Amino acid sequence: MRDVAIIGVGMIPFGRRDEDTLLDMLAYASLKALDDAGLGDKSVDCVYVANMGAGILQHQTSVASALVDRLSLIPAAADAVENGPASGASAIKNGLLAVASGYYDTALVAGGEKMREVVGWKATDFVATMTHPEAEYPYGITLPGMAGMFTRLYMEKYGVTREQLLAIAIKNQKMGALNPYAHVEMVITKEGIYDSPDAVVNNPVAADPLHLYDMCPVSDGAAAVVLCPLELAKKIAPKSPVLIAGFGQATDTHTLQERDDPTDLKAVTLASQQAFEMAKLKPKDIDVAELHDAFTILEIAESEHAGFFKKGEGGKAAEKGETSIGGKLPINLSGGLKARGHPVGATGVAQIVDIVFQLRHELDKKRQAKNAKNGFTINFGGFGNNIVAFVLRRVE
Amino acid sequence: MAVDMELEAVLRAPEIPQAKYPPKVITLANSKKMVVREAERRDVPILLKAVKPTMEIDRDFYDIVGARLYAELLGWYKHRVRNEYCLIGQIDGYVVGIVNGRMVNKDIGMSYHTLALDRGLRVGSHLFASKMEHHIEYLGQKEVWITAESPIGFRRWMIEYGLLEQEGIQHELGGANSYKLTREIYFETKPRLVAGTRPVPKRLLEQAEKEILVADEETITEKICGVKGR
Repeated sequence: MRDVAIIGVGMIPFGRRDEDTLLDMLAYASLKALDDAGLGDKSVDCVYVANMGAGILQHQTSVASALVDRLSLIPAAADAVENGPASGASAIKNGLLAVASGYYDTALVAGGEKMREVVGWKATDFVATMTHPEAEYPYGITLPGMAGMFTRLYMEKYGVTREQLLAIAIKNQKMGALNPYAHVEMVITKEGIYDSPDAVVNNPVAADPLHLYDMCPVSDGAAAVVLCPLELAKKIAPKSPVLIAGFGQATDTHTLQERDDPTDLKAVTLASQQAFEMAKLKPKDIDVAELHDAFTILEIAESEHAGFFKKGEGGKAAEKGETSIGGKLPINLSGGLKARGHPVGATGVAQIVDIVFQLRHELDKKRQAKNAKNGFTINFGGFGNNIVAFVLRRVE
Repeated sequence: MAVDMELEAVLRAPEIPQAKYPPKVITLANSKKMVVREAERRDVPILLKAVKPTMEIDRDFYDIVGARLYAELLGWYKHRVRNEYCLIGQIDGYVVGIVNGRMVNKDIGMSYHTLALDRGLRVGSHLFASKMEHHIEYLGQKEVWITAESPIGFRRWMIEYGLLEQEGIQHELGGANSYKLTREIYFETKPRLVAGTRPVPKRLLEQAEKEILVADEETITEKICGVKGR
């Protein structure tokens, strides 16, 4: 297996992009990544496109075939990858294996989703199609509903508090306001969403005990990366390549109730362990992380299951500022899904793009983790039933 | 413009005496304090300056809401709409939202428009709730008739409040069916949808009443469409 590096990244601002089709967004992000990689008009050997819902939301399939045609990348091999909200990281894993195997030398991986052309409850229903078709979906479960139940259990078992969840929401919206690619550009305060008498209206319960500001927005967006063997990267990449030092992927039961302990995100633990083992690193070696905070509780739970904090300590660390910029382990300096937004197929790719920005030391100091050398991501599929983790390393 | 006062008296319909809306202050999600208070007829020219840029914003039906609100405010200013009132939201003196409506009679209120000039902070929702508060609690009406011109309005009013659809009843704004808010619905939803405290601290109220400030056209467009246009 060859070492594989990321030599180019591209992303478009997430949010409501009424004027763009899904294919437009994928093309814009891909062109930026190809340009960033210095490939210009040169083609790539293969293309992977992460997308969860075009078949439902746009009545469109075969998006990978459509993208290679749009970008004049024919006859590159092209595949679409659908793995729920973890589609992005799954697609990168596929690109990584294709290049690492030696079969292909260059891979473009793009992820995109266009979710804002349907109303909110239809988007929620679309996302809920990832739940069990007989045991969950027909009974009206939604992902916010699952997250609410998970949060209640996590609070009871590990003592997570509302204040700790608030700390995540406030931190991530603050970082999102600094990120030109983020959907949410508004800073919120504890007074405004919790302390003041008006907070009950500003921040209503959405899925008890989660409130409006515990949830990520519904977004349109796309992101892309270009991969090639590390040795080739050292010769052709115009910018510092970033090594994919490790990855892991693990699954868990489709339904939450079949798990021995629904608060135990075993697939997060396994995928993280695999990634760290491959990278020959430990959680303490990570300088910056992007975790899948579709709900504030997930940032806390993932930070614990990945091994950064003991169970019950992740929320306390967030409250103390240890996961903020300048803290012991800055998490979601992009604003995370909470503020950057969560166009489901794009998210896993966007997380990698943001870590590449960090490891190249390209960001404004308000968002740049100091001397970042190793980065980590978790892309969370289903409700913890399909997890992909990456460890990325700066190549000096 | 020279006015024949004899004819003007015919054109200017008599009005029902209306109770005043007492000002209140709402703390928004970003801690900014929004003063909600009733505008005077003399305030209309400055409010029109705030509404005018929205008439060219296609996003979320701002153009139609802006155009109609402009006409309604002008009609109120020139005494061509009967029993109208207007509430405004101000942050640091700047107007960030406008709502209006009118009394059809002592029992029925007609909700007109809700225009948020700053988005993402529930300014529109807070002002709509204030409008319902005015009709039910201060004007003492039994019901308010409401329609929506945008999907956001439909979600915010018809769904969040659980309004009752009125088959065969025409709202003054036309278009979609008319819905109504009853006193029962209002008091049931009040704890979760109606914010604000009274009295407004003296400094905040004085600042709001001193001058209604209007942001420039570019800022208003940015606030509505997002700084990044999304």
